[in-house]
Amino acid sequence: MQFNPIAFVENLKYMCIGMLGVFMIVGIIIIATYSIGKICGDKSDKE
Amino acid sequence: MQELLKLFEPILEFTKDGNWKMIIMWVIGATLIYLAIKKQMEPTLLLPIGFGAILMNFPGTGIAEPLETLYNAGIANELFPLILFIGIGAMIDFGPLLNNPKMMIFGAAAQFGIFFTLCMAAMFFPPEVAASISIIGAADGPTSIVVANTLLGGTEHSGYIGAIAVAAYSYMALVPIIQPPVIKLLTTKKERQIRMKYTQSSVSKTTKILFPIIISIVTCIFVPAAASLIGFLMFGNLIRECGVLDSLSDTAQKVLANLITIFLGITIAFQMSADKFLNTSTLLILGLGLIAFIVDTAGGVLFAKLFNVILKMFKKDPINPMIGAAGISAFPMSGRIVHKLGLEEDNQNFLLMHSIGVNVSGQIASVIAGSLVLGFFS
Repeated sequence: MQFNPIAFVENLKYMCIGMLGVFMIVGIIIIATYSIGKICGDKSDKE
Repeated sequence: MQELLKLFEPILEFTKDGNWKMIIMWVIGATLIYLAIKKQMEPTLLLPIGFGAILMNFPGTGIAEPLETLYNAGIANELFPLILFIGIGAMIDFGPLLNNPKMMIFGAAAQFGIFFTLCMAAMFFPPEVAASISIIGAADGPTSIVVANTLLGGTEHSGYIGAIAVAAYSYMALVPIIQPPVIKLLTTKKERQIRMKYTQSSVSKTTKILFPIIISIVTCIFVPAAASLIGFLMFGNLIRECGVLDSLSDTAQKVLANLITIFLGITIAFQMSADKFLNTSTLLILGLGLIAFIVDTAGGVLFAKLFNVILKMFKKDPINPMIGAAGISAFPMSGRIVHKLGLEEDNQNFLLMHSIGVNVSGQIASVIAGSLVLGFFS
């Protein structure tokens, strides 16, 4: 086991790409889910 | 008298050989069993893991052989976690999420802890080990095992798999202790009192059936590495929602999930021999796992607060920032904790449907995050 503080900065790219990737895919799933709801005619009933 | 002393010879030999590390593993095993039974913390997994940890740490018993057979049959090829996902999929009701799909964005935000921990762990460990440790933040045992096993299985670092699995399941059990102080630290009393309207929609059966199919297709196209985990999860959910396989759904939720859980726990213990488990790295892995859970929670809450700033700009009703914390995958504990904290501040503040919706989205987002990490390092 070593201690290499530089590795934190070197791996920040994975943080940026990873979070961007998660948000993008979840965004696509959200759009797909709304689309299913529209196509299948889901409606608001009550509050 | 000499005959009697002969009986104690193995004990003396055992202590002479420097096997004190094994005794520590017995204590760890006993502690896990105590936490499982007395404190009811994830008993379905901590108990078999604890008992297995004791069994694994006797010299010359040969117990490792059947456990190794189980390990190769079910964990080395990722079969047990995947089959367990069928059971989990059959248990999850995506209704609250389908009611308000935009809540899924908080499930994505709460994965921040995984990537932050990846950077932290990389300071101490090689990249593949750091990536495996970071997935403890997925708050999802099967995903942690699949990622750790894919990246570390069969390598010189395979000894870390046991510590990662134990950390993942232990912290899942500790969610009710870890999350509330973080949430309270990052929110004001006024924010915790924010009420959210819940609009009950009629989600059609067709939507519930199409949802697992569409999610599987989207995942296979955009994150092929997540195809197996999401595919099995959604297969379980499709069995639940299709309405014609109630018997299979019932079996997947109960018998199948229980059967796999029994083997999964005791098989993980195969990685808990003293020589593999007792070292400073294990302590560091436990510490990094805790950081992952804390940063996940903080990421979810802070993203929800940022979301409120945007909502304010568009003069929309704010959301309760606590629901961001439910985005970690620990289902359903995390959703319930947020609901409970809301009621503590205002006994008419019912956040359960919102928090459970975010919580199930965390289940999907954590698998996506885990698969992205796999894609980076495998």
